Amino acid sequence: MDVLLKALTLILSGDRELLFISLTSLKISLTSLLVSSIISIPLAFFIGMNNFKGKKLVLVAINSLMALPTVIIGLLVYSLLSRSGPLGSLGILFSPYAIITGQTILILPILISMIYASISGLNSTLKETLKTFGASRWYSCYIILSEMKIPIISALLAGFGRVIGEVGVSMMLGGNIRWYTRTITTTIALESGKGEFELALALGLILIGISFLLNFLIHLAVNNGK
Amino acid sequence: MKKRLFILLIALSILPNLFASGQSENLHLKMATTTSTENSGLLDKLLPVFEEKTGMKIDVIAVGTGKAIKLGENGDVDLILVHARSREDQFVENNFGINRKDVMFNDFVILGPAEDPSQIKGMNDGAAAMKRIMESNSDFLSRGDDSGTHTKEKYLWNKTAITPEGIWYKETGQGMGAVLTMTDELYGYTLSDRGTFLSMQDKLSLEILVEGDPDLFNPYGIIAVNPEIHKDINHSGAMKFIDFITSDKGQEIINNFRNNGEQLFFGNGEN
Repeated sequence: MDVLLKALTLILSGDRELLFISLTSLKISLTSLLVSSIISIPLAFFIGMNNFKGKKLVLVAINSLMALPTVIIGLLVYSLLSRSGPLGSLGILFSPYAIITGQTILILPILISMIYASISGLNSTLKETLKTFGASRWYSCYIILSEMKIPIISALLAGFGRVIGEVGVSMMLGGNIRWYTRTITTTIALESGKGEFELALALGLILIGISFLLNFLIHLAVNNGK
Repeated sequence: MKKRLFILLIALSILPNLFASGQSENLHLKMATTTSTENSGLLDKLLPVFEEKTGMKIDVIAVGTGKAIKLGENGDVDLILVHARSREDQFVENNFGINRKDVMFNDFVILGPAEDPSQIKGMNDGAAAMKRIMESNSDFLSRGDDSGTHTKEKYLWNKTAITPEGIWYKETGQGMGAVLTMTDELYGYTLSDRGTFLSMQDKLSLEILVEGDPDLFNPYGIIAVNPEIHKDINHSGAMKFIDFITSDKGQEIINNFRNNGEQLFFGNGEN
């Protein structure tokens, strides 16, 4: 209880390191979300709007990849980025860029899967109507995109929620370097064991706060769409 | 009938535990030590001999020196084996520990890439080497975790009278093994105890660049936690282990311990 009070005091005092760690987490996770959505939205559209051989297989694969543990992704990307790996010369291991790489890969399946689901769930008469009017591929995509604002935002929020709270990728690829790759989750995981309990707890509260806010926003987005 | 049998069985299984608590407490020992000591593999050679001899069981909690000392202050362990002399003395002065004894020593080394961009190879002044690393902006990885190694590192920086900061100075907050791996990856420099480095040598391409400076001397001490801190402290058990590790037999095991053919620790304990 006493530690909880100390943690709250730390938050309210605007502790510089606390702020820095929180911002680091946000910067990294938002960038991962951005890169991942640039890849996943067009990809989801392509899969959703076309029928091709092996489409079912692709969908099954994407769904399975969603369940991949973060430490596995961390391990795989680590072996790519390590000096002894193929991309070692990039020298980005133990930097924020490595974490971003891992987190982007982490949420690709979720984003693709959720966006695809809402495309395929779209009222088929919309697609029919667009076809009837001879709408071009690009125009159809544009119309559908605007119809899908809400589901896409929901997918993005879900993806963000996944990365802001993950620790496997951040720890293995970031290295928990102070003022550099130390994030909310790596601090909680690695610093609390060294007696930095108030800091870890304060960050835990901040993370819970972010998660609540996120869920609230998802709730709003979903309900407003109805 | 079945129900009664069942209850009887449950009762019988609980019974031994009721009687055992008095005795097993004394046979159970908790020791906090540092990650470097644990990583070296020495304890895997020492503890089984002690356990067989006395029938006791030791649980080892390996954390940074700072945390180990905190565990002692809280009475969460019965004894501590650490390597930060000034802090050990403070621990005893503040009445948290009694009966501090020398156990063994080894040394710290400054490691870096073979190319040695900061050109510190062969220097015999640790603090000066650290200064050169800082001036050449090479990556230096710090334990950053209040461990014995971190304490020594801070001591060396203090000697240079400049505070290390900047993107080249990486405070990882992790154990020696993790830091060595990261240093290797980043072609950086770091301070390490010789033992952990030797035990990981075949996985690293780092080289020993600076050694032998008296400042890099690394003595280990063992201290029994003051039994007055907490009623559950196994003081007699702690003293048994301290006697063992400073005995001829314990010292022999320490001196005979090799890793990759190298001697990691040199016993200087006396009974």
